[in-house]
Amino acid sequence: MGWNRKVLRVNLTAGTCTPEPLNMKWADDYLGSRGLASKYLVSEIDPKVDPLSPDNKLIMSTGPLTGTMASTGGRYTVVTKGALTNAIACSNSGGYFGAEMKFAGWDMIIFEGKSPKPVYLYLENDRAELRDAGHLWGRSCWETEETIKASHQDPQIKVCSIGAAGENQVLFACIVNDLHRAAGRSGVGAVMGSKNLKAVALRGTQGVSGIKDFPAFMAATNAAKKVLADNAVTGQGLPKYGTQVLMNVINEIGALPTRNHRDVQFEEAGKISAEAMHEKRSSDGKTHLVTNAACFGCTIACGRISQIDQNHFSVKNSPKYWGASGGLEYEAAWALGAANGVGDLEALQYANMLCNEHGMDPISFGATVGAAMEMYELGLLSKAQIGLDAPFGSAEALCKLVEMTATGEGFGKELGLGSKRLCEKYGRPDLSMSVKGQEFPAYDSRGIQGMGLTYATSNRGACHLRSYTVASEVLGVPVKTDPLVTEGKAELVKAFQDATAVFDAAGICVFTSFAWTLADVQPQVQAACEGDWSMEKLAVVGERIWNMERQFNLAAGFTAKDDDLPPRLKTEPAKTGPAKGLVNGIDKMRPEYYQVRGWTPDGVPDQATLDRLGL
Amino acid sequence: MQKSLHIDPAKCTGCLQCEMACSYEHTGTINPSKSRIKVFNFEHEGRKVPYTCTQCSDAWCLNACPVEAIVVDAAIGAKVVKEAVCVGCKVCTIACPFGTINYMADVGKVQKCDLCGGDPACAKACPTAAITYVDAEWTGLDRMRAWAAKANTAAAAA
Repeated sequence: MGWNRKVLRVNLTAGTCTPEPLNMKWADDYLGSRGLASKYLVSEIDPKVDPLSPDNKLIMSTGPLTGTMASTGGRYTVVTKGALTNAIACSNSGGYFGAEMKFAGWDMIIFEGKSPKPVYLYLENDRAELRDAGHLWGRSCWETEETIKASHQDPQIKVCSIGAAGENQVLFACIVNDLHRAAGRSGVGAVMGSKNLKAVALRGTQGVSGIKDFPAFMAATNAAKKVLADNAVTGQGLPKYGTQVLMNVINEIGALPTRNHRDVQFEEAGKISAEAMHEKRSSDGKTHLVTNAACFGCTIACGRISQIDQNHFSVKNSPKYWGASGGLEYEAAWALGAANGVGDLEALQYANMLCNEHGMDPISFGATVGAAMEMYELGLLSKAQIGLDAPFGSAEALCKLVEMTATGEGFGKELGLGSKRLCEKYGRPDLSMSVKGQEFPAYDSRGIQGMGLTYATSNRGACHLRSYTVASEVLGVPVKTDPLVTEGKAELVKAFQDATAVFDAAGICVFTSFAWTLADVQPQVQAACEGDWSMEKLAVVGERIWNMERQFNLAAGFTAKDDDLPPRLKTEPAKTGPAKGLVNGIDKMRPEYYQVRGWTPDGVPDQATLDRLGL
Repeated sequence: MQKSLHIDPAKCTGCLQCEMACSYEHTGTINPSKSRIKVFNFEHEGRKVPYTCTQCSDAWCLNACPVEAIVVDAAIGAKVVKEAVCVGCKVCTIACPFGTINYMADVGKVQKCDLCGGDPACAKACPTAAITYVDAEWTGLDRMRAWAAKANTAAAAA
């Protein structure tokens, strides 16, 4: 139990919706969400498939704790082969959409093929229909959600959709639900767009009844909620400041990538920080931050709801942006801000809103702008080519480029390729701050060594959410390690990667791991799901998920050479801060990591490892 | 002492733990669509507001019911629907000015907040104390205290 035991298979080519039983053997081996959906994907598609072809599949999946009273139990995961990366993609999102899928009676929806014309899936409990989306194509994520609710006369419908970016196959397009939550990375929105699937609209009234032991589950979830409430990060820091609490912290330790990683500290970090969001603006006397907000079931509530300055140049003639809206979270504030040297908080919020409106990953977008700005400053890109002046620090350029990129206008079409393809096109592949085609998030691996290994070995390309060693190396959770050394990081990264896979597979938010360890998750899973879910088993499940994803990537053509960082991080030392003089020691950590993983020196899981994990 | 649900929308984060708790208490499943308390999200204002029955003293629903299916639980002040008596005519849903009594199509009856017999599950589940269960005669106490704290008076000399 914990699962609904039902999968909806949607063949977009044929226009059919077919229920099928969930493979319970796989559920027992992979738990749910990221793990279980990935098992379906790797079993059903050719790893070498073109991500944007009809032969790729797109899976939306819940976990056993999704839609329950477990804190943060509202997440769903989108699994596919990534348009940006050509690797396995796995992007999860909060909001209310995931829980609604569970309440409608489903664990997972598998989309295959390609619809001959734009459609959206309407799912009301057992009733599943593909409906014409001709009137929605061209609409933003915000308009799509509003239009669907209005046309069904049902404000309680939950919607996820793609905007202009997904329709135009911007390679880092995302899937947006509940206005400003997103399955953000690796271009899952471009895959959705390639299938002519505009949106998924859900209404579920069946609830979750299949908890194995309700009294034990309530006791376990209540105990775990108390752990979150009593923890300084999840109980105080995140609710008050959001993830933006990190901006000044990471800048001070010299790990805030700035101007396409030329620098590791941003002189204007304070202006785009959580603290700045709490300050009254001189222009209108209001604070940027309106309130915090929770996703479904979340007792942390790190989400930010902000209101842009109506006098700001970006919106002064656009009242539709004047209301409260999602943002800024740390990653977006960094990517739109420090990564391209922009210290204008209002400009960042504007760009962030457009990313939400049009369905675009602000991390990859911002970082790609950073790469373009560097090429502009080096004279590799001219004003004529870009269509505007784009030096580092230009808020005007940022605000224009965000719309151009989503809609594919002018140079925006090239930005929509992501930094790897863009920099290759202009002869400087080394300037793309990415791994496996996916841009780095907001931690410089010269100042936090473990994050270099995290990025290099992440199965979905550079990402902080596969193993957030920042917790250990900077915040001391669960134990403090030295961010400036490589020793011990192979073990640390493996431990974080495997544990995170379990958090993701359960259907909960990885931010709980500031306070929770697997020992806090285990009783909740055990009480919800039938079968044995001991600590030992969960550890194996996490490692199994990681190795399964790895095998897919190897079969897709990736090799150990792809577990590497751009030369800048290996040869250009940090110029300032505690990490001054350091580069990342990836070449030292990588072989250690392979060994810890039970992989060959070429990064391939050896037979003993596969046998041990039942792969 | 009679108690009442007290809602402070400014503290609500929109997590819906209250809706889950309410539905679990009354149906044995986690099902916000069966919750008797609803959280409304005014996205463009950044406001979230939990809303449920206030247990009117002279209750429109109770007065409108033609079969006397809504009764007063005197101990806790709740207006309670007797499901065995309710005929599902929905007149109460028309009478209630606040919309807090609603029809359940699957069972053919109406449902409303019954204060869980005096120990409301929503209040227990709320992680931010946006929903509390307090002395019915002093729901304004916290607000009074907040204003009192702002009164700029010096402490009296000993």
